[in-house]
Amino acid sequence: MGIYHRPDKLKDALHLLASAPVTLASGCTDLFAATEAAALEGQILDLTNIAPLKTIENCHGHWRFGAAVSWSSIVGAALPPAFDMLKAAARQVGGVQVQNAGTLGGNICNASPAADGVPPLLALDARVELQSVSGMRYVPLSAFITGPRQTTRRRDEIMTAILVDEGKAQGSSAFLKLGTRKHLVISIASVAVRLRLNGDRVAEAALAVGACSPVACRLGAVEAALSGVRVDTVEQHVMEADVRAALAPISDIRATSAYRLDGVPSLVRNALILASGRGKALE
Amino acid sequence: MIRLQINGRALNYEGDPRRRLSDVLRHNYRLTGTKVGCDAGDCGACTVLVDGAAVCACLTPIAQVSERRVETIEGLHPRGPGALQRAFLRHGAAQCGICSPGMVMAAEALLRDTPKPDRSQVETALSGVLCRCTGYQKIIAAVLDVAGSEEETSPKSGKAVGARVERLDGAAKLCGEEAFGADFVPDNALWVRAIRSPYAAARFAFSELSAWAARLGVQVFTAEDVPGRNCIGVIPRFADQPVLAERHVRMVGEAVALVAGPREVVQALDLTTAPINWFQEQSVDLQDAKTNGVKPLHDTRPDNILIAGVVSRGDAQAAFEQAFHQVHGMFETTHVEHAYIEPEAGTAWMEGDVLNIRAATQAPVMDRDDTALFLGMPQEKVRIRPAATGGGFGGKLDMSVQPLLGLVTRLTGRPSVMVFSRAESMQASTKRHPAQMTARLAADAQGKLTGMCFDGDFDTGAYASWGPTVAVRVPVHASGPYQIPNYQAEARAIHTNGPVAGAFRGFGVPQATVLQETLMDQLAVKLGMDRLVFRQLNALQDGQQTVCGQRLQTVGIGACLDALAARWAQANEEVAAFNGQSGRLRRGIGLASCWYGCGNTALPNPSTMRMGLTAEGVLCLHQGAMDIGQGANTVMAQIAADGLGVTVDQFTLIDADTAITPDAGKTSASRQTVVSGQAVLRAAQALRQQILQLVNMGQGAKIEIGPKHVTVSQGAQRRDVALRDLPLGAEGYVLMAEARYDPPTEALDAQGQGAPYAVYGYGAQLAEVEVDLDLGTVKTLRVSAAHDLGRVINPTLAEGQIEGGIAQGLGMALMEEYVPGQTCNLHDYLIPTVGDMPEVVSHLIEVPDPEGPLGAKGLGEHALIPTAPAILNAITHACGAQLTQLPARPDRVLAAIKAAALKAETA
Repeated sequence: MGIYHRPDKLKDALHLLASAPVTLASGCTDLFAATEAAALEGQILDLTNIAPLKTIENCHGHWRFGAAVSWSSIVGAALPPAFDMLKAAARQVGGVQVQNAGTLGGNICNASPAADGVPPLLALDARVELQSVSGMRYVPLSAFITGPRQTTRRRDEIMTAILVDEGKAQGSSAFLKLGTRKHLVISIASVAVRLRLNGDRVAEAALAVGACSPVACRLGAVEAALSGVRVDTVEQHVMEADVRAALAPISDIRATSAYRLDGVPSLVRNALILASGRGKALE
Repeated sequence: MIRLQINGRALNYEGDPRRRLSDVLRHNYRLTGTKVGCDAGDCGACTVLVDGAAVCACLTPIAQVSERRVETIEGLHPRGPGALQRAFLRHGAAQCGICSPGMVMAAEALLRDTPKPDRSQVETALSGVLCRCTGYQKIIAAVLDVAGSEEETSPKSGKAVGARVERLDGAAKLCGEEAFGADFVPDNALWVRAIRSPYAAARFAFSELSAWAARLGVQVFTAEDVPGRNCIGVIPRFADQPVLAERHVRMVGEAVALVAGPREVVQALDLTTAPINWFQEQSVDLQDAKTNGVKPLHDTRPDNILIAGVVSRGDAQAAFEQAFHQVHGMFETTHVEHAYIEPEAGTAWMEGDVLNIRAATQAPVMDRDDTALFLGMPQEKVRIRPAATGGGFGGKLDMSVQPLLGLVTRLTGRPSVMVFSRAESMQASTKRHPAQMTARLAADAQGKLTGMCFDGDFDTGAYASWGPTVAVRVPVHASGPYQIPNYQAEARAIHTNGPVAGAFRGFGVPQATVLQETLMDQLAVKLGMDRLVFRQLNALQDGQQTVCGQRLQTVGIGACLDALAARWAQANEEVAAFNGQSGRLRRGIGLASCWYGCGNTALPNPSTMRMGLTAEGVLCLHQGAMDIGQGANTVMAQIAADGLGVTVDQFTLIDADTAITPDAGKTSASRQTVVSGQAVLRAAQALRQQILQLVNMGQGAKIEIGPKHVTVSQGAQRRDVALRDLPLGAEGYVLMAEARYDPPTEALDAQGQGAPYAVYGYGAQLAEVEVDLDLGTVKTLRVSAAHDLGRVINPTLAEGQIEGGIAQGLGMALMEEYVPGQTCNLHDYLIPTVGDMPEVVSHLIEVPDPEGPLGAKGLGEHALIPTAPAILNAITHACGAQLTQLPARPDRVLAAIKAAALKAETA
């Protein structure tokens, strides 16, 4: 008989984690997909019954997403337009069934290069909150994921929340995903952009690309080039070389690396057009 | 203990809390309406509601539903179909039915929140459930029409054929009651799994396998335990495949041993720990296989050529020398997976000394014959009682679990169950042949086709399977339904260490048509002719001869092309207007035709149908034509009803069962409506004749079957027959008729000349696409499909075949690519989702064929054949991109767009 812990207190979960070799579980959409077995293996520590891990709130100058918040909860939450890209990504993670179960924290900790939740959170400069019996620490998301399936989470830590500072939850945003079919598709590439404006000029641009490098990445050079440009021409200031220089795509069963390098600049431009409120131009 | 609330019932669960909810529902509570298609959240067949929200039961640990409300399909409307399920029935939204419970539950979740959803909300709600049969159109229509009106669907006597009769087996599918391969698990059954080769080519030896098994508490079986002939094959002359490999494997996934034991034990085994020493050998791909001196896969086929098919007519060489215009091209296609949502599964048990096997299949009698041979048993000691089959498309024509279960049950005497995982299903089952093809087409100055050459290598994989059929069918059909006086075509099935390529909707013809129909477009452009007019000009007509020299009558291709003319003209204008506003999106339209001979190629292909009336007045139809979702159960009953002169609902259907139902042949080659349809019509007419003779009345009389009586009336005459007074036959009937029909064909000679088929069906499709010039993505906006069915037996089912065929053709065109070892799941192997489907407009054309029942022709495969080339032609029309490789993934389309731009610059 397997051992399955489903505590309702974070404290209990942290103690369990410190004392037993457990597998952390929340939505289980990745855990079960990785096995043909009829049951999960080993001791399971399920985080989905811990209320604070399942809430979205705005307090103390930041937005706080509990790590076990489901994609559907994100879609249904009242959030400012800077999170539109996160909602758009949420709507494209699997079908409704997976969105109802899969969680934001799970998506990040699973650390797939194609994780759709990561580019929007990078473009929001999100931090992750990690807790253990010995304390709490915060790590920028950009430093948390270090490679495919690799993070800096220690074995005794639970990711408890994803935080976005109020100052970064500003502006409009858009997310685009490139795949070979409409739904249920692992991204060939995904792009998240956020634009904060000052009048008709771009005050701050944040852009991130997924599935085109071992870890989703920000496009720093492109962001710098967009700063101060007129928003209605923003896409014209995207230099393809700047985009490509940030990427290190591989060829796989979904597409060649050359195609990813070719396609991402277009995807970035389209996302900028969407984020600047000119989506009609794409139809 | 976990407290559960399932369908309103409070239950205490005592087992492993880490188990999948789907596994607990199915095995602890026998709620088998929740289907398992992938165990990975990719297909949505296992969708249930937890606190009203749709989730995949396969991704939900049972511990997570503690104290929550779980609803399954069985709990939705326990007393028969509810409004949503009724809407599915009305619209023909269930075909094989394996995805139906998941679809219904996903739609239910939507409708509770949004009682009147729009189309896009429906699409979003259903986007997590894959369907491989329907093309989704009728499912969307059903969900949008839950409140729709109930029409009279049971037609009057004599009016069944042509009516939109609801699928007779539909309610069971929609209520989760239909029992598929994995749904019947006898108590005390041994659970069986296969140990399979991780290598494409290897020798192997077991070391201490029995000790390993004994230590784990399971039994193990290898080739040494096979009591009969360990060599099977769907075409006896080419049989070459061991059920369990002997010292040598030729493909990844080849079974080398079986383990059997208690379910929990066997399921938990790590089969990679089995003590097997593997000695990997160099594997052979299609290029290697054709190289001189390469070691052949089979000693009897030294050049790795399984078979070559040839059709030769006139003088193709001379035609090209004299051609006014000619084009040539090449095309490469890939392995395509059937991806039925039901992985192979079944059960075996002994009844006395008779081995019973209940499994998903398209060919029960072939299963029986080969299983008997394999087990060294007389055929009558093996009884195949097919399960409901959750999609086949050719992939369930070859045996899967049948001989494996047969072996375990025969040797142990105990019932056994085997359920393939998705990865195992994809590894072990057959595929569509990858093809490398070249062709040339020639025309005269008036645009009449004068010659064609076709040459194709078809990667048939490690074993023969249906490779011979592909090699023979391709040259017969590679001309398309056009008159081509000079023709030279050859197709070779070549062995490699790839997956076994077998039967898949069209037997190689879809691949050949991709090249042939794209060349048709290129030739039309070169001639400066409209692409539709060019096809109309060359379309085969009554009295003309095919490339096999067969003189045809009732040719429907002209009528199909004509039916598309109005939309062609309109779409041409719309596309021009759209593309006039320059942008990164370009639209295009493309056409392709098809023809396809129904049934075996120049070989006997009989079907036998039986019906009988019991003394109680129960009218039984022994319907042996396997219904794999296409609708044979309903179609046969409709034809039978009109033949006998009763209503459809009077029949009790007796399913395929090799002990009690005559052999209707296999469900393949678009033959059941034509061949079994003719058999059932003749049986029905014979039974009618018997009844009329009993009462000495003429043809126009009306027959009514009531309890224990048959009443026949004509005008004022009325005769009553008490069925109890009639002698009881051996089969249990007081009146019985049986008819056998074998379509007349003529053998092909060495030049491929003859009359390979008695009946052909025809079709043409018009695809409208939008291409993103920056990203190479293709959106199919609309497909207009005109198909000549001869006589439409059931318009709803016919549309369902067309929409489903188009979905598979679209998948083949744009996304489907099976790579052994890399795409053994339904998230790396992509099939179309609800959002990928275009609007489909079906035109059902009737050019009756006197050889078909009431004029009917086949449709199942025809519907897929033109789709891919029509889409490819539309892409070229939109942006100039000329693809030479399938699927047209975005990266390949973008590369082709760039190549076309470069060519235009340098030209």
